[in-house]
Amino acid sequence: MKRTPFYEIHLELGAKIAPFAGYEMPIQYDGIIVEHKRVRESVGVFDVSHMGEFRVSGKDALGFLQKLTVNDVSKLTPGRAQYSAMCYEDGGIVDDLLIYNLGDSYMVVVNAANIEKDFEWMKKHLDGDVNFENISDEVALLAVQGPKSLLTLQKLTGVDLSQIKYYHFVKGKLAGVDMIISRTGYTGELGFELYFEADPEICKKVWTAVMEAGKEFGIGPAGLGARDTLRTEMGYMLYGNDIDQTTNPLEAGLDWIVKLDKGDFIGRESLLRIKNEGLKRKLVGFTVVDERIPPRHGYEIFKDGEKVGYVTSGTFSPILEKGIGMGYVDIKFSNPGERISVNARGKELTAVIVNLPFVPNRAR
Amino acid sequence: MQFPENLKYTKEHEWIRVEDNSIGVVGITEYAQSELGDIVYVELPQIGKVVKQLESFGTIEAVKTVADLFAPVSGEIIEVNEKLKSSPELINKDPYGEGWIIKIKIKDLNELNNLLSAEDYRKLIGK
Repeated sequence: MKRTPFYEIHLELGAKIAPFAGYEMPIQYDGIIVEHKRVRESVGVFDVSHMGEFRVSGKDALGFLQKLTVNDVSKLTPGRAQYSAMCYEDGGIVDDLLIYNLGDSYMVVVNAANIEKDFEWMKKHLDGDVNFENISDEVALLAVQGPKSLLTLQKLTGVDLSQIKYYHFVKGKLAGVDMIISRTGYTGELGFELYFEADPEICKKVWTAVMEAGKEFGIGPAGLGARDTLRTEMGYMLYGNDIDQTTNPLEAGLDWIVKLDKGDFIGRESLLRIKNEGLKRKLVGFTVVDERIPPRHGYEIFKDGEKVGYVTSGTFSPILEKGIGMGYVDIKFSNPGERISVNARGKELTAVIVNLPFVPNRAR
Repeated sequence: MQFPENLKYTKEHEWIRVEDNSIGVVGITEYAQSELGDIVYVELPQIGKVVKQLESFGTIEAVKTVADLFAPVSGEIIEVNEKLKSSPELINKDPYGEGWIIKIKIKDLNELNNLLSAEDYRKLIGK
């Protein structure tokens, strides 16, 4: 089992540690609901150093990424980040990811559970003058998220953070440490993700400085538990739950990142065909009516007694104080306002399909 | 963590306190609430329901997970903690006090001998 360079800090804070994607990760510190609200109302800090990072450089780096990913990397100018995905030939999803254009190279950020799979997949498709490296173990990643994140981090850097637009980044010093300061996140709040050297001393220095700077706002750590409830309220996908090899980006509602007219890429033909044939099912969000019972991954969805889908993600929403979930349902029953029922271990929950996100997104 | 000596425990992390030599007050242990995390809903049984020892009598929903509740002894459920309907977090805050879940009219006091002492329960969970 691997550990991130912040592991000792998590232990000192009394975090509940559990295995996740091969890492011993902090699931919670003070309780998921407290940490969740801290991020919505003020600012919280997540250690997400388990995420994978690949460096792609060389003359043909752009062509390589264009072929492997569904979004248009030619539109990704230096200083910007792009949400994208890799597909198999049949349109199934290898992974969802972020690509950063660092000027002289690209950084691809992938899910921790998929690091090896993605690396092998990309390596298999190497072509031309491309240097491709897995730098996951060298990179630490902290996500500082919440309405007070900017005021917190601004105390620690000369970079004018208010000038960094959503899905842009700056290379600069923060807390005296060289890093990538990226205006991105997985919470739906104003927030930054900080990429820097995975050295325990440096990590401790950054962690301590951020916590000190945010003290007046009631800053605190947040674990993977709150990360999951926060992203679910936003309707953000989690690979392995909402998307995987058996789902395609179109039915997952990720059509906005699929650029079918950018030129050839792996999966394009299948996705074009799927688009032309029309979707058979769709990923939707739903709220549970009159119950606090959270839907869970794997529960089945029914309409008039017939199975029409299944739940991919579900939780208790700390903000709405009710059960919320996402799942694939037959396209006929996928419109907002549609009433469905969810089988929660034998108990029938009435739910209604709603537009995502569940809670207003304030990340921009 | 506290595991009061005057309680008996199940391997499934419930406790029972015997009152008047006939009534069992039942809840989940401090360890159980801590492992579950924030509790958001408790599915309580109907009053009058008769349960067997270690039979499931309800479920407990936390943000992250769901768990079954098991009866430490056989008997009839004579009371449920109504406060849990609006404040399930009482189980997190006070698992041995305000966070009690049901009261059972105990059918056979001998069944208590099948349960764990505080010391045995500590050993089981490694605390």
